[in-house]
Amino acid sequence: MTLLEVKDVTVRYGQLTALRKASIGLDEGETLFVTGPNGAGKSTLLKAIAGVVSPREGEIRLDGRRISGRAPEEIARMGFSMVPEGREVFGGLTIEENLRLGVGMRADKDQAERDLEQVYAVFPMLRERRDRHAGVLSGGQQQMLVIGRALMAGPRLMAIDEPSLGLAPKVIDDVYAILLRLRDKSGLTLLIVEQSATRAMLTGGRMILMRSGEVALAGDARELARGDTLRAAYFGYGDH
Amino acid sequence: MTAVLQILFDALSLGSLYALGALGIALIFGVMRLVNFAHGDYIAFCVFALLWPSIDAAAIVFIGKLPSLILIPLVIAIGAGLSVLSEIVVFRRFRNANPATMMIASFALGFVIRYFLLMLYSSRPKSIDLWSNLSLPIEIFGARIPLLQVITICTTIVVLLALTAFLKRTRFGLEMRAAAENFTMARMLGVRANNVIMLAFALSGALAAAIGLILVTQTGTVDIQMGVSVMLVAFIATVIGGLGSLTGAVIAGFLIGGATVLMQVILPVDARPFRDAFVYAAVIVTLIWRPNGLFAPKSAKQRV
Repeated sequence: MTLLEVKDVTVRYGQLTALRKASIGLDEGETLFVTGPNGAGKSTLLKAIAGVVSPREGEIRLDGRRISGRAPEEIARMGFSMVPEGREVFGGLTIEENLRLGVGMRADKDQAERDLEQVYAVFPMLRERRDRHAGVLSGGQQQMLVIGRALMAGPRLMAIDEPSLGLAPKVIDDVYAILLRLRDKSGLTLLIVEQSATRAMLTGGRMILMRSGEVALAGDARELARGDTLRAAYFGYGDH
Repeated sequence: MTAVLQILFDALSLGSLYALGALGIALIFGVMRLVNFAHGDYIAFCVFALLWPSIDAAAIVFIGKLPSLILIPLVIAIGAGLSVLSEIVVFRRFRNANPATMMIASFALGFVIRYFLLMLYSSRPKSIDLWSNLSLPIEIFGARIPLLQVITICTTIVVLLALTAFLKRTRFGLEMRAAAENFTMARMLGVRANNVIMLAFALSGALAAAIGLILVTQTGTVDIQMGVSVMLVAFIATVIGGLGSLTGAVIAGFLIGGATVLMQVILPVDARPFRDAFVYAAVIVTLIWRPNGLFAPKSAKQRV
């Protein structure tokens, strides 16, 4: 069952076309990796889904309902949760306040309390510091906080922009272990942007490769890794 | 000793007015990056709302005759309502405009309100007797302090405590603090932009109404210009406090009030007419020393 459908979406920033007729589909419970070089339009794709930038053309549907053109808060309330680039913790709020922010839109407050306990169980470090300001956390801790915060919103689809950016390899492994456990346990659908394709190949799942605002390649991550197709598409040779 | 007490109360009550004004400006700036120069005209509007519209020289007191238990909430509701209305009618269209455009829109709105009042009430200041018995002095440790000063200070303390509790303890308060820090991220977590912004405007307008009531009781006059000077000082206080910081705005409001009263006392008699020049010189020195204000917020992210 298709959860997310992005169809022929074009996004422009002034003269610059950041996304050119991009289309992706994502089934419930699936994990999709979006890779590609800098400036390929990966973050723009996520922002367009989140409603932070509005597409010039095309449409985006979540669970069959059109979300392109809606406000970010409405899209969030329809079950889309985002961990944006640069993490964006609320430094002046305490860690628990950060986590509780997304609960406001949920109807199932009891379940939210259980989710908070679960987030604290997965990230004990957050529980220890729950009353401290989030601004004091290190980069890796902030990454855990924003993942926890996105989970507290009770999403059906969670998008994460570069979860491994600026983190130590050991921490990246931890973050992924947690994400995949959540996926397997609660059937969470994941949309993960990573600049490198390595993680997608290690984890498995579907992968698309973006270049110059277009979807250049799509398929199974491990299969794409075989042979030279991926490298050729990533660097753009072979098509001139 | 009694002289010191008198100065202290003068400083605190003047500082209270500035702090309430600065808070009203900082609340809206926090969530919208808008410096609302119409704020002073909200104050005047609330004061004129006490009177029946007429261009006669004598004031026809209307709402102002109601018992205070009804009058105070009513005027506060008028202030909040006017402020929310200006958000819906004017500022909502400028939500994604740059701060300079929004600021000019607020100037324009201020003029519209001012000339609307001018049309209904004429430009002549009118006198009104609202709670004039509050100007009678009471004795505190031998010093004779006008009761109104004590009430002004107490009101301000109550407002500050209530607002702090609201921001720290309630869902809406949490959402407002988050929105002030990073509006886009807050929206991506389901915080409704319209609700937060309208709430900020409502609180700001309510504060303007409180200032209006204090001013009219103090002066006994109703004047189109009456919000202007408070607004100006309050704006300066928000800048000195660090734009976006509520605590900073309140503290800077009290600092400017204190500095003004202190200058009045310590300056030589010949220099006293130029008191404001000394106060603003101190403002300039502060801003050279701390260009982002005394309590600049840690993150100043771009808002959508």
